[in-house]
Amino acid sequence: MAWETVIGLEIHTQLATRSKIFSGAPTTFGAAPNTQACAIDLGLPGVLPVLNRQAVVLAVRFGRAIEAEIAERSIFARKNYFYPDLPKGYQISQYELPVVGRGRVTIVLDDGSLKTIGVTRAHLEEDAGKSLHEDFHGLTGIDLNRAGTPLLEIVSEPDMRSAKEAVAYARKIHQIVRWIGISDGNMQEGSFRVDANVSVRREGEARLGTRTELKNLNSFRFLEKAITFEVERQIELIEAGSRVVQETRLYDPERDETRSMRTKEEANDYRYFPDPDLLPLVLDTAFIEQAAADLPELPDAKRERFRTAYGHTEYDASLLTANRELADYFEAVAAAGGDAKLAANWVNGELAAALNRDGREMTESPVSAEMLGGLITRIRDNTISGKLAKQVFEAMWNGEGDADAVIAARGLKQLTDSGEIERIIDAIVAANPEQAAQYRSGKDKVFGFFVGQVMKASKGKANPQQVNELLKARLKP
Amino acid sequence: MAYHIEPKPLHELTIAELAQRLRGGKLTSVELTHHYLERIKRLDPQLNAFVTVAADAALAAATHADARLARGEGGPLTGIPIAHKDIFCTRGLRTSCGSRMLDNFIAPYDATAVERLAAAGAVVLGKTNMDEFAMGSSNETSFYGPVKNPWDLDRVPGGSSGGSAAAVAARLCAAATGTDTGGSIRQPAALCGITGIKPTYGRVSRWGMIAFASSLDQAGPMTRSAEDAALLLQAMAGFDPRDSTSAEEAVPDYGAQLGTDLAGLRIGLPREYFGAGLDAGVAASIQGAIREYERLGARIIDISLPNSPLSVPVYYVVAPAECSSNLARFDGVRYGHRCEAPRDLEDLYKCSRAEGFGSEVKRRIMIGTYALSAGYYDAYYLKAQQIRHLISDDFRRAFEQVDVIMGPTSPTTAFPLGAKMDDPVAMYLNDIYTIATNLAGLPGISIPVAPVDGMPVGLQIIGDYFQEGRLLNIAHRLQQATDWHLAAPPEV
Repeated sequence: MAWETVIGLEIHTQLATRSKIFSGAPTTFGAAPNTQACAIDLGLPGVLPVLNRQAVVLAVRFGRAIEAEIAERSIFARKNYFYPDLPKGYQISQYELPVVGRGRVTIVLDDGSLKTIGVTRAHLEEDAGKSLHEDFHGLTGIDLNRAGTPLLEIVSEPDMRSAKEAVAYARKIHQIVRWIGISDGNMQEGSFRVDANVSVRREGEARLGTRTELKNLNSFRFLEKAITFEVERQIELIEAGSRVVQETRLYDPERDETRSMRTKEEANDYRYFPDPDLLPLVLDTAFIEQAAADLPELPDAKRERFRTAYGHTEYDASLLTANRELADYFEAVAAAGGDAKLAANWVNGELAAALNRDGREMTESPVSAEMLGGLITRIRDNTISGKLAKQVFEAMWNGEGDADAVIAARGLKQLTDSGEIERIIDAIVAANPEQAAQYRSGKDKVFGFFVGQVMKASKGKANPQQVNELLKARLKP
Repeated sequence: MAYHIEPKPLHELTIAELAQRLRGGKLTSVELTHHYLERIKRLDPQLNAFVTVAADAALAAATHADARLARGEGGPLTGIPIAHKDIFCTRGLRTSCGSRMLDNFIAPYDATAVERLAAAGAVVLGKTNMDEFAMGSSNETSFYGPVKNPWDLDRVPGGSSGGSAAAVAARLCAAATGTDTGGSIRQPAALCGITGIKPTYGRVSRWGMIAFASSLDQAGPMTRSAEDAALLLQAMAGFDPRDSTSAEEAVPDYGAQLGTDLAGLRIGLPREYFGAGLDAGVAASIQGAIREYERLGARIIDISLPNSPLSVPVYYVVAPAECSSNLARFDGVRYGHRCEAPRDLEDLYKCSRAEGFGSEVKRRIMIGTYALSAGYYDAYYLKAQQIRHLISDDFRRAFEQVDVIMGPTSPTTAFPLGAKMDDPVAMYLNDIYTIATNLAGLPGISIPVAPVDGMPVGLQIIGDYFQEGRLLNIAHRLQQATDWHLAAPPEV
């Protein structure tokens, strides 16, 4: 009997605002504990929240990027529960009326086909602080620097049918939030956190199975492994005649398994109600249009344009639009070098390899788009051969200046003077009468030998095309 | 033949009169502050109106005020000694909210109301006693013990701003601040024989005011006259970017409106405010004041606020629901009371809160938690919000016919200490005439009218949104025509 997996994801992404969502305290990561928490973040008596306008702008930008409805009126609610890193005893979130309504994103499946995943909603909320259990013997430390950091919680429909699809969706959301600049998406620092709701059902069954919620998935790899484990666990349970219990489960990457954290019965009654300290969030069309006005061309649109305008393959276009920095870099290279195909080859080839080798981000490349474009220009105008161009690239990478400077300094300028090439050919042919005779008697293979010898004699600088033509003419029987 | 007129003692002068003397160099703020501090020292042990007296800080502020006055700077409040209800956070001066929970709490900031009055030059004598977290109508739920009514030490002063009301009535300060969630300015003002105004919701910033029920809480002045109230409200009111619910509405010149003639004023008397439960003596006293208004040219119109009987039950869903959440921050983790040697986290929460909160606060937290719980939310909280709209609609319709609504502030005069402590519902019914205005967000003022058996009675005047100027004007005209507001309690 075949099983079907059903997955929905809840993604918390930290919004890239300078100050917190309801206070003026800074959001910088990594400050000394409790140095970035003001009276509001500490939940002192009598303090009041004031909504950070920029957080709303960023939420609206996201809504637009996933073609979602933006609510003209949304409500902040209190989610009540006690925890030491939750200073007010409630989290300000959005419950019944979120700012971003139904939207969708498209993912590319393994077979190259496209699938649309529904986004149920995205709402604004504040983050809690951090409890530090490791650093104090028998005590718990509380760091409230993170308390009040703005989050956008993005909730998907249960539209994913495999761990791979879930990862593709999570990567897509990750790509979008970074692309439109609303979040740095840093998973190590907790700026992008994924929870997965997972259930299984027999194929053909319309009703959803009982789901579990998986937490502590702080990389795409763990997301995939946790879901894979959980799906097998659930299937084994049901096949053994048992039942899945609705609960929250923690992924343990060391053991590659999920463990029960709390069951539904143990779950809090959050007693949501509208926060009387905050007025309803009312957005007019002008605000929404202004927030979305400078949205960049989105990754899917850009990928499609690269495919059609530049004639890229789906694969190349996908690679080049993995993130906005790369796509922008590519377009700058193509413009400076005047050849999109060559630009794609160099960006996806030499540049990607060098970045990867040195563990650098796109923005940290020592070779600027203008420099790479300059190199491509010299390939196109035959100043250098494609082979020597790799040497030039390495030299640029190592800080020896732009392509022209490297070519001049190293004397790599291609030899295109026919007379000069002919003189080399004459010498080589004269020195190898036996091979010349073989070629003339129909042994074509020997031609390669002559090309090699001529290139070697010119120290690789002779224009290969000219060498071919002139050699053929010289050896003609 | 020469005769001698006994000059009025300093503590009988209005703020306007004091300001004139301060400005004219006939009096210094330091002298005035010493005078009030001496009265507090002598009289407050019997009243228990103050939780904290800040003599040194007050004298320093008075010295500063005198320097400003000497330079010809400052306004009508410069150098005037006042007191703040202990619900307003004061930087460096303990803010207890009448609770053991905050017995050790010193805020690192001033409430906006405190800040604005300080900017106007007012001198803070100290912090006044109150029902714990403003939950009470008799000032008997305070961790610091009950406040006594200066008119009769065996009676309650009302609550929750009972300390402020008693202090102003007993002339322990020139004026005081209060807060009103369901009547907590107006009811104690009525029971102590002073003037107290609850402004429109959003008129005075709630920043730094410890929250009881955020959608109902509103700060206002408690004074001996409407004229004094106008001076304080002028300083307190106005938009504050730190409070999202504060109104971006210009503050009119309240003083300039005080003299407006009342001819043609349409006064609505809701029949629901004069029914069963209203003490006959209080009813007669209110009718006497109404007749006075008729003499001043007002027209009386009978009206109905049909949903007003629902206001107490609605209030006791909404206010506890909000308080159950607002008071969750008092958990013993970061500040406030923490129990000794908790076994674990849960024990820390339970013991700290069990020890830190009194029984009325606990009762309301439990009611509110219940009302918001899954499965009950629709039946209680949501239903209450719907009725709240109906109550607002009643007022909206009434204000199509009348300019203001009048009635008693409280159904009885001050009752004996302990009389209602075992019967919460009887206690809650004290606020039957005041609660609806909080639910609707409307302004209301209570002013003294003819006493009953030597105990003060308050007339409540309710206005439309942002009509504080009109309420103060109407109150002031009565105080010009009568002497009820001048009556002082016996020196204890």
